[in-house]
Amino acid sequence: MYAYDRHDRMFVHARVEQFRDQAARRLKGELSEDEFKPLRLQNGLYLQLHAYMLRVAIPYGTLDARQMRQLALIARRHDRGFGHFTTRQNIQFNWIKLEEAADALHLLAEVDMHAIQTSGNCIRNVTADAWAGVAPDEIEDPRIWSEIIRQWSTNHPEFSFLPRKFKIAVTGSPADRAAVKVHDIGLRMHRNAAGETGFEVIVGGGLGRTPIIGTTLKDWLPKRDLLSYLEATLRVYNRYGRRDNIYKARIKILVHELGPEKMRDEVEVEFQTIRDGALALPAETIAEIAAHFAPPRYAKQPGFAPAHETLRRTSPGYRRWVETNVVPHREPGYAIVHFSLKPEGGVPGDATAEQMEAVADLAEKHSLGEIRVTHTQNLVLPHVAVEDLPAVWRAAEAVGFATPNLDLVTDIIACPGLDYCSLANARSIPVAQRITRRFADLGRVHEIGPLSIKISGCINACGHHHIGAIGILGVDKQGEEFYQITLGGNAGPEARLGDLLGPAVSADRVVDTVEAVVEAYLAIRAPGEDFLATYARLGLAPFKERAYAPR
Amino acid sequence: MSRKPKGPQAVTANRLGDGAVVYLAETGRWSTRLEEARLLLDAAQADAMLDEAGRDAATRVVGPYLIEVETGDAGPRVASLRERIRATGPTI
Repeated sequence: MYAYDRHDRMFVHARVEQFRDQAARRLKGELSEDEFKPLRLQNGLYLQLHAYMLRVAIPYGTLDARQMRQLALIARRHDRGFGHFTTRQNIQFNWIKLEEAADALHLLAEVDMHAIQTSGNCIRNVTADAWAGVAPDEIEDPRIWSEIIRQWSTNHPEFSFLPRKFKIAVTGSPADRAAVKVHDIGLRMHRNAAGETGFEVIVGGGLGRTPIIGTTLKDWLPKRDLLSYLEATLRVYNRYGRRDNIYKARIKILVHELGPEKMRDEVEVEFQTIRDGALALPAETIAEIAAHFAPPRYAKQPGFAPAHETLRRTSPGYRRWVETNVVPHREPGYAIVHFSLKPEGGVPGDATAEQMEAVADLAEKHSLGEIRVTHTQNLVLPHVAVEDLPAVWRAAEAVGFATPNLDLVTDIIACPGLDYCSLANARSIPVAQRITRRFADLGRVHEIGPLSIKISGCINACGHHHIGAIGILGVDKQGEEFYQITLGGNAGPEARLGDLLGPAVSADRVVDTVEAVVEAYLAIRAPGEDFLATYARLGLAPFKERAYAPR
Repeated sequence: MSRKPKGPQAVTANRLGDGAVVYLAETGRWSTRLEEARLLLDAAQADAMLDEAGRDAATRVVGPYLIEVETGDAGPRVASLRERIRATGPTI
């Protein structure tokens, strides 16, 4: 993992003390809310419906046991004992007091963490594949590039006041586990004809009010040019992006209005001007950062894991968990373990302080101290010896993180919605809870197979509903919660926005409607066909017919 | 407010120190209890009450605004779902 140096630490601690002073001046009335609001947002502190909310950056979703334990301490000391992992691999605390916010930030700084650039019109926390460095299909570790981007974008003086927020995601694998096509910039590592690794640069994707799949501006970009090309793209956006209308201010609108060719040309002109300048990345610099992410020294594992094999034969529950939540690792004898934060009736992405501490303990004992956050709001232990899987499973069961539902119908993404968020129009979490209760039968869940449900409580789409196989968007109809349903969305390499099923349904009917869509799929699927394949083959009609049939 | 309110109004805000939902009470203090909120039927008086609350925004609260309140035997009740959730907390 990347380790802060002395300068990083001094900067983050100094920033905490600046904020402590700013907050004290606000509390004394020396700063008005108008003066203070941009300062608190620059430190990740929002004011939501019931309290202040602190959004903490987890760079590219990677953290260690010590950091997870500190998050647990913040949850216990400054929140109500829990935190919420988000679709941007961050964590949010929902019940922070302004009077204590600087203390919480101080605790973060103690473990090399902060909340800087988790709000505002700047380059936000870079996200990446949660299986970085361990995925068998990986071409190159995306964390190296995410860290290089993090260092370049942190406090970048030119890009601190962009027309709107800016989100970058990186994948180093052909399988996209970072939703790169729906980011302001998505980077996909691949090899060119000469076998050299570089980046496909996808620009202008995004969800929200105007969902758009990103456009490839560059098919293959050499590594040395990464920052120069990003700088060029950001400069074009900063210069031409709209500042007159918040709804048209994201780079996706600029790409759409200029057209991909013109956008590509503008970026290319700027890129050619600066590509051999200060941002060109020397091989030594890349190697220096890459050294932080060198593969750990794995203990050699025997070819046979007796405890694991025995339990797999004797415990159907363990076998199902292994088949569902455990995936192959690039190192023989190791596995990638997912902790599901989606138990029946639970709040997607929530973890209590006790659960965080249990994960930290398990990471130390069984995963070389390392933890990942997925953009689907689950947690990962990236380096577990196969022989240790039974112990990890038992411990995960004990804290409620062993639901075997990874990528299945109850592995739901949901934003905080109207239960917490001041922007929301409708609730998301209770819908997710009701769906997981409706689909509580694990046999049925596995019979349905891979199916993503994503729920947003407003058009800002923090719950990624546009790219859910089943997407659910909460809307307000004359004071009542209604839900629009979309089908066929896909976050992967074949990214696709969902199609509107039909008229919005009431809160009372939303779970029945989802179930009717699932039942329709089960009735019409071909053998071995997953939901998206059936949808691609047959389209909306058979689903619509059943979803709106009188019950 | 953009449309004429149908019933009495109260002023709500978030408390500066902890963000808690508060209502302007009869005595000019801020209460976390909707039952203690000062209710005004007259729109002009309600606007004046909001102005008064705005002066408190420097040191005590953030973002005061008017909400519609329904009154009944069980006491005051906020009209919109958003305000009900603000008044009673998350529903989960």
